[in-house]
Formats: sequence, C-alpha cells, structure tokens
Amino acid sequence: MKDSNYLFLSLYTTSGNSIPSFMSFIALLGPIIGLALGFDAVNSERAAGTLNRLVAQPIYRDSIIIGKFLAGTAVIAAIIYTMGIGIGAVGVLCTGVKPSGEEALRILVFLTFTVVYVAFWLALSIWFSVVCRHAATSALASIALWVFFAIFMSLVASIVANAVYPIGDEYHAMVNSYNNYTLNLGLNRISPYYLYSEAVSTIMNPTVRSVNVVTMDQLVGAVSGYLSFGQSLLLVWPHLTGLAALMLIAFGGSYIGFMRQEIRSN
Amino acid sequence: MKETYQNVCDGSPKDVGKTSGGGTGMSEDNRNVIEIAHLTKQYGDKRAVDDLNLSIRKGEVFGLLGPNGAGKTTTILMLLGLTEPTAGTALIEGLDCARHPLEVKGIVGYLPDNVGFYPDMTGRQNLRFTGQLNGLAGQELEERIDGLLARVGMTEAADRRAGTYSKGMRQRLGIADVLIKDPEIIIMDEPTLGIDPEGMRELLNLIRELSVEDGRTILISSHQLHQIQQVCDRVGIFVEGKLIASGTLAELEAQILQDGSYLLEMNVHPCDDKLLGMLSQQEGLEKIQKEGNTLLITSKKDIRGQLTKFLGEHGYTILHLHQRGGDLDEIYRRYFEKAGQSDERNDFEEKRKPVWKRRGRNARKGTDRA
Repeated sequence: MKDSNYLFLSLYTTSGNSIPSFMSFIALLGPIIGLALGFDAVNSERAAGTLNRLVAQPIYRDSIIIGKFLAGTAVIAAIIYTMGIGIGAVGVLCTGVKPSGEEALRILVFLTFTVVYVAFWLALSIWFSVVCRHAATSALASIALWVFFAIFMSLVASIVANAVYPIGDEYHAMVNSYNNYTLNLGLNRISPYYLYSEAVSTIMNPTVRSVNVVTMDQLVGAVSGYLSFGQSLLLVWPHLTGLAALMLIAFGGSYIGFMRQEIRSN
Repeated sequence: MKETYQNVCDGSPKDVGKTSGGGTGMSEDNRNVIEIAHLTKQYGDKRAVDDLNLSIRKGEVFGLLGPNGAGKTTTILMLLGLTEPTAGTALIEGLDCARHPLEVKGIVGYLPDNVGFYPDMTGRQNLRFTGQLNGLAGQELEERIDGLLARVGMTEAADRRAGTYSKGMRQRLGIADVLIKDPEIIIMDEPTLGIDPEGMRELLNLIRELSVEDGRTILISSHQLHQIQQVCDRVGIFVEGKLIASGTLAELEAQILQDGSYLLEMNVHPCDDKLLGMLSQQEGLEKIQKEGNTLLITSKKDIRGQLTKFLGEHGYTILHLHQRGGDLDEIYRRYFEKAGQSDERNDFEEKRKPVWKRRGRNARKGTDRA
C-alpha cells in the first residue's frame, strides 16, 4: 500500500503488472550503460593502433585511463540525472502532484546512488578492457559478471546459507533461522546489484526502518512512523560507502593494470 | 676500401643524394643525440635486448636492421620511456628516457608500425587532436596541419573519415602526425611494411627530405633491407637482442670483405666452354662457377677492369656485370652466417643458395674449374 504522504516518490517505486518500477528497471539495466561505455575503452584502441600513438605524446599515462573513466562517468551522470529528472517532470505534468523538498532530496540521493552504481560497472568493464586483448572477450566477461550478480548471486547466497545453517526441519529452523538470514543477507550484499537495490529502496521508501533483521524485542515499544531523510540516509550510508569502494577498487585495478602494461601495437 | 664504396655508389644512383645529405648534417654538428649504454631488457627467460650500446649523431639517418623478434621494437619502446629497461640507460639529448619520458616524448616523434587513427574522425581532426596533446592550439595549429597535409600529399583526403583510408594513406598521415610536434628526432618502426612500390618511393623521398632539408635525426627499424639501404647513413644489424655490427654500408662491407673474397656476377655472350677455359687462365681468379647463363667468379681482388678489357679484346659482349657484397642484402646475409643465425628467412635462403655459397661444407666440392 502506498502512502499518501510520499505520493511523488511512488512515481519511481510503483510497478505495474508487467512493467517493473523505474527503480528496479535501473538496477537491472543501468549496468548495461556502464558496460557499453567501457568494455572496449582500452583494447579497441590498442587493436586500432591509436593507443601507441597516444602514449607517444607528451602526456602522462594516467591521464589516458583517468580521462576514459571520468568521461564515461560524466556521460553516465548526464544520462541518469536527465532521465530521473525527466521522469519527475512527466509526473508533475501528468498528475499535478508536486514533490516536497524532502522528496526532491530523496530523488537526488537516489540518482546519485545510481550514478555511483553505474560508474562501478564502467570501471569494471574498463578493467576488463585493460586485461583482455579483444573487445569481444572483455564484453563477454563483463556481461557474464553482470548476469551473475543480477540473477545468480541470490541463488548462490541462499545455497551457501542453507548449507552452513540448515533450516530444513522445525528444530533447525528455530535455531538457525537468524544466522541463516544474516549470512544470506551478508553474502547478497557482496553483489553490487543487491547493495544498490537495498540502498535505493530504503531511500525511496521512508517506511523502511531497518535493513537488517529486527527481532521482536527490538520492536517492543516502537512507534510506527516515517523515517526522516537524515535517518534514511544514515541507514544506507554504509551501502554508499561500499558501492563507492567497489567502484574505486575496480578503477584502481584498471589504473594499475594500464600503468604497468606495455603498449605494443600487436 | 674507399674505392669499393665508390663502386657501390656508382652502381646505384639512388645513393648519391643520401651521401651528400648525411655529409652536411654531420659536418654541422657532430654530437650524439641518442646514447644507449648497456641497455638490457629481460622478459622472463628471454633477453629481448642484450647489453645494447649505440650512439646516433645529430642529423643522421640510422637504420636498425634485424629479423622479426630481434628486439627492435623493444629498444624503441625503451627509448620512448614506454618500457622500463632491466639494466642500462638510454639518453636522448642528455635526458634519461626512463626517468624523463615526458620531456623525451616532447622532442621525439614516434611512428609505430601499423599506425592507427580514430576511424570516425577525419584525418584533419586526428592531426588536430595530436596537436592539442602537444600543447598547440588555434591558428598556429591549423596552419601547421595544412602545411603538413600538403607536405605528405593528403590535402584532398584530409576531410574524409580516417576509417576510409588505405594503408599507404594512413602511413602518410602518420608521418604528418609525427611532424605536428616538430620533433628533433623521429623514430619509425617498420615504416615500409605493406606499402606499394609507389608509396614506398614517396615515403623514402620524404624520409630523405626530413633528414636533409630539416636536419632531423631519424631512426628507422626495419627488416626490409633494400628500402633502408636507400636512405640510411648508417645501419646497425640487430640479432637476438644484440647489435652484431654497425657502421656505414662501406664499413660493413669492409668488415665482411676482410674475411671473404670478391664475388662477381657476370653474363657474357657468347657463353661457351672456350670462355671458361680462357677465364680460368686469368690471374687472381679463385674459382668460376656457372649457374644457368650467369658466371659467378670468386677472386681475391677486384678484377672487373681486368676482365672487361680481356673480354673486349676477345670479342665477347658483357651483358651484365655486378659485384656482389655491395648491397645490404648481401652484407646482412653474411652477418647472419657469421652469427650462426637461422631464422625462417635464412633457412629458406640456405636451401635456395647455389652450392658455392654454402660455405665450409661444399666449397671445395662445388668448384667446377674448367
């Protein structure tokens, strides 16, 4: 049930029968933008022979790889913000509902999260393009990783969690369910897809009060209500840090790989 | 040995321009612009470049010759600071290439083999990009681009997308690209590869022009001997990471001739047994071999004058007379023999070689002295 207090946000979070919500749509397909921009960033230039012409110019070698990443990120940011704000504009025009200041802030944070998330995929695909010799290899490798995180990671997480903390019968279910759930969640959060989805659904739904397991006695005496913007942000701050760290690790990998690489034409 | 060199030049008029060009360049300023000392590069077990020592003087055209995989490209990469040497130093204009790659790249133009351009940009845009990377802008850059496009003969194609260019056009645009930064030193890696004869002629003219008119120092790496021979002042022969010989063509030839002998190739009409008999009486001849219609004559000294006179007196017509060993191909091959090399090319040529050339093994047997 949608809350009338945050009507405007439901523009982004409501899904129809066959149409996924804007949010889950971005979570699933946003990475494609990053992958498309980065998968042949370095190896196609190497194959075309422009890379060794480029490195022979009096420029620092870092500026090539940093430039590629920043240019891609700028394009991603332009796409994401335009798209998000465009959706909002259409919503205002069609429904006449105006966003409150807090809603606008939440949308802004959501879009920023999205940029970092897609930039992570960009950095990852650039890394593959540094490591792999052919553009086709790096494209396939990064798409494989994307499919794995988006679809199979949750399977793997539940299989592992069930193996470690079995919940097959009633007794085990009672003893292990907390640990099982926590492990499952922890493993899922390795996946940037899950991390992002969890973070943005928290930001976009002020009713979400916790991202972890809540026990009954923690709920005793709790007053049902909305979380303020600051509190929502606090809840997903680790997610943002984690995503940014993943992005930096991926970019760091491509940076080091590129700097140590020997640029030859064949 | 000076005489031999003269003969080489006489035999190939293309050498004349080069000789004078190299002369002016060197007399003006004789300092070394490239100094390589004990340069070594190790890849795992393989030594790509092994204790290389080389210096190249200002205004000189130096040809680095060697088979594929000899370490030529690795040497060039180290000169540009693109690869760190395992040991040793390379200095360009006194700058250590490993420590000051940016300064080095500012004065060195590098034309890689298989040079590529951004296919969706026009030739002009590609040049403009390179110019901007070198800190040029505005009117100056545009004028320079126009001038260079005209110089390499690409003015008409300049506004077409680079993706549509042929290999030869890319090569010419590559040279314009190198010249944008107005480099003192130009390094070309296999510039003659895959270019048609007409394009080759233009390219070689351009290289000579760059050296003679502009006074730039040029280092060319190649395994194509004939082309290099036409433009180089000095050559170095590079095999398995080692520079086994370097010097002018004449010097290399002199080195070879010290332990070899003169070999004369001759076609004479009429070519009969009587001739062979008479020739074998000649003074200074070591052996004569007949290969089809061609006579191969080995001697201890240059006997061309003597032979011409003799044949003329006896009513023979000389159709072809050529002293082998003067061209780079021969020098190159002999050095390979000396170094005990056998890459594919040499294996192939070994089989094709006439008996007299398989030194050592068949030299005696193969002689059919009349």
